[in-house]
Amino acid sequence: MKARISALPPLNDEVKRFQEMGLVAGTEFKVIKIAPMGDPIEIDLRGYRLCLRKQEMSGFEVEVLGN
Amino acid sequence: MKSKSSETKTYQVALVGNPNAGKTTLFNALSGARQKIANYPGVTVEEVSSEADIDGTKVNFIDVPGLYSLEPVSEDEAVAAAVIHRENVDLLVCIIDGSNLERNLYIFTQIAALGKPVLVAVTMMDRMDKAGKKVDLQLLSERLHVPVVGLSGPLPGELKNLRTRIVEALKTRPIPKPVIERRTALAALQDRLLRMGYDFTLEQLDEKVHSGEQEFESFFADFPELKQVYDDAVAGTVNPIEPSARYHWTQQVQNEVISTVSKPKRKYRLTDRIDYVLTHRVWGLIVFVLIMVFVFECIYTFSGPLMDGIEAAFGWVGEKAGEHLPADSLLQSFIVDGVIAGVGGVVVFLPQILILFLLTSILEGTGYLARAAFLMDRLLGWCGLNGRAFIPLLSSFACAIPGIMAARVMPDPKSRLATILVAPLMSCSARLPVYLILIGAFIEPKFGPIWAGFALFAMHMLGFGVAIPVVYLLNRKMLKGKRLPFLLELPPYQWPRMKDVLIAMFTRGKVFLTTAGTTILAMSIIIWAAGYFPRSTAPAGMDEKQAAMHQLENSYLGKFGTAIQPVFAPLGFDWRISTAIVSAFPAREVVVPSLGILFALGEDAADDESTLRDTMREAKRENGAPLFTPWTAVGLMVFFALCAQCMSTLATVKRETNSRKWAWFMFGYMTALAYIGALIVKLLGDLFGG
Repeated sequence: MKARISALPPLNDEVKRFQEMGLVAGTEFKVIKIAPMGDPIEIDLRGYRLCLRKQEMSGFEVEVLGN
Repeated sequence: MKSKSSETKTYQVALVGNPNAGKTTLFNALSGARQKIANYPGVTVEEVSSEADIDGTKVNFIDVPGLYSLEPVSEDEAVAAAVIHRENVDLLVCIIDGSNLERNLYIFTQIAALGKPVLVAVTMMDRMDKAGKKVDLQLLSERLHVPVVGLSGPLPGELKNLRTRIVEALKTRPIPKPVIERRTALAALQDRLLRMGYDFTLEQLDEKVHSGEQEFESFFADFPELKQVYDDAVAGTVNPIEPSARYHWTQQVQNEVISTVSKPKRKYRLTDRIDYVLTHRVWGLIVFVLIMVFVFECIYTFSGPLMDGIEAAFGWVGEKAGEHLPADSLLQSFIVDGVIAGVGGVVVFLPQILILFLLTSILEGTGYLARAAFLMDRLLGWCGLNGRAFIPLLSSFACAIPGIMAARVMPDPKSRLATILVAPLMSCSARLPVYLILIGAFIEPKFGPIWAGFALFAMHMLGFGVAIPVVYLLNRKMLKGKRLPFLLELPPYQWPRMKDVLIAMFTRGKVFLTTAGTTILAMSIIIWAAGYFPRSTAPAGMDEKQAAMHQLENSYLGKFGTAIQPVFAPLGFDWRISTAIVSAFPAREVVVPSLGILFALGEDAADDESTLRDTMREAKRENGAPLFTPWTAVGLMVFFALCAQCMSTLATVKRETNSRKWAWFMFGYMTALAYIGALIVKLLGDLFGG
C-alpha cells in the first residue's frame, strides 16, 4: 500500500522524532510488511526501511495513494 | 595530549553520522592498533578512541555513537551530540550512507550550522553501484561546501585517500555554510526588503551578505528591527528550522547529485527476498526460535570445556602457589582461597560471555537483530517493553551484566529502565549448577529424566514468566514520564565484517572484566574472610573435612547463617541451607562450594557432584526427618531463580542507571519475590505432601 502523509498531530517531542526520521507532511511511503502479530509495520520511505507501531501513528492523517 | 608545539599536537577527529552508515567499520579501518575505551563523565556510554599517525600527523579518532539528530533523545545520542559540540574537536568526519543520502544528509544540515570544520565521507558506494546509481561527488562537495570523499569497501586505496584528505582538512579547516539556516534567513531578509520596495534575488542577497558589502551593511544601521534579520542572515542562524525544511533541502540535493547509470536494481531486492522468510509470520518465528536455540547451544556447548579448562588451570595455580606458601597460614589461605579463587571465579565466566558477544555481534552485523526486534515487539510491547528489549533479555540468560549493558541501545528511558530492572530475573548460567545438583539429587531419581528435563526448562521459564507482570506493574505504578515512539531502522542485510565483530567482542569483554570482575573479586575476598575468621580449633578426632565444616560453622559467616536461620525456617531451610544462601548473596555461584563445605565434603565436592547429591539426599534434620524433600529442593531452586544474588549485577545496575536507588530497589523486590516464591512452594508441599 502506498500512502502520503497529509497532516501531522500537534508538535511535541514524539512527533518531532517522527519528523526527524523523515515523516513530514507530504512524505510518501509504502507499507512493506506487517509483523506476525499485527504490529509493528515496516514501511519504505526516502529510500530506507523503518519499523514503527501503527498505534503510535494514530495522530497522523494519511492519504492512501493505491497499491 | 595537548601541546603548544604544532609538531606534537594530537588532532581530535570525531567520526559522526547516522546509525548503520558504516561508521564503526570506518573507525576500525582508520584507527591504530590500540583502541582506548573510556567512560563519558556521568553517563554509561563508552567513548572509544584510537590514536593514529598519518604521515607524521598525530590524529586521535573518536568513534561517536550513531545519531539521527543533534536534538538527542537517547543517552547514546546525547553523548554523541556532546562530543560534536566539544570545543577541542578539530574536525568532524561526517559519515553519510550514499545509498540513503536523503536521510543521512539530515544530520549534516544540523552539523553545518555549528561552524566547525567538516569533511564528508560517503560510504556504501559499492551498494550504489549494484543498484545502478552514481553519485556526483564533485557536485555534492559544491553543494555542501566541504570536501567529499567516496568509500565503497572501504578499499585500501580509498582509505589512503581519506587519510590524506583528513590531514588536508585539518590544515584548511573547511567550514560548511549553514545550508538551511542561511537560506531561511536570507528568504526572511528578502521578504522584508521587498516590503520596503527593494527587489533582490536570493542569489544577489547571498552575495552581498557573504561579501559583507559595506554600503549594504550600513543601510541596516538605520533600521534596528531589520538589522536583526540581517545579522541572522550573516550568522546563518535562525530557529527553529522545521524538519520538513531540512528534508526539502536533502531531497533536492539527492536529486541533483544522484543519477541512474544502468538499469536500476532495487537496493532492497535481496533483503526483501531474505525477509520474505525471516519476517514471515510462520517461517520467521520458526527461524527466530531456531537461531535462539543455536545461540544457547553454542554458549553451553562451547563454553563448557573452556570453563573446565579455566577452572583446572586456576586450581593448578592455586595448588602450586599453596606449595610455596607457609602451610595452613593466613597468607596461604588468603592467596589460594581468596585471591586466586576469586580471580578464577571472574575469568571462568569469560568464555560464555565472549561467545555471547561474538554471536550477538555477528547477528547485529548482518542486520538480523533489527528484524528480531521487529518480530518480538508485539510480544514484549503489551506489558510496556519494546522489541529492542529482546537482546538485553536474551543476553541475560547467559549473564545479566552484558544484558544490562546491552539495554543502552534503547532510546526510550522508561523502557530501558524497565528492561534493566527485570533482566536479572532471566535465569543466568550461574544458576545452572544449583539446578543441576538439586534436580539430579531430588527430581531425577524419583520422577525420571523427562521430569528432570522439564524441571530444568521450568526453572528457566520461571524468571521470564515473573518478569512480565513485574514490568507491567513497573510501567503502571512506578516509572513516570513520557514514552518515546518505537522507531527502528531496518538496514539492508549484509555480511558482517569479521574484524568489526572481533573488535566489538573484545571491547565488550573488556568492559565486562573491568565492571563485573572487580566486584566479583572484592566480594570473593570478603566471603573468604567471613568464612576464615575467627579461627577455631577442631575438636580431636575430626578428620580434615569435618574440621573444615566445624570452622565454617563457627566463622562469622556460619554464625550469621545460624542467626538468620529463623527467617528461612518458614521455607523449610535449616542452618546449612541458610548459610549457603547467605554466602551466595554476593555471587550465587559460590553456593556449590559452600554446600560442599557445609555437608562436610570439602569444597572440591562440586567436582564430584554425585557425592554431594548423595550426602544431601541423606542429610537429616535434628528430629531425624530428611532435610530435603522434593518440595524443599524445588523451593530452594525457586529461591535461587528469583533472588538478586549477584553483587556485580547490582553494581552494574547502579552504574547504568546512575542511581543507588534502583540497585536497592532491584535487590529488595527480587529478594522479596524469591522468599514469597519459596514460601508458596513450601505451602504447596505441606498441602499436597511430599
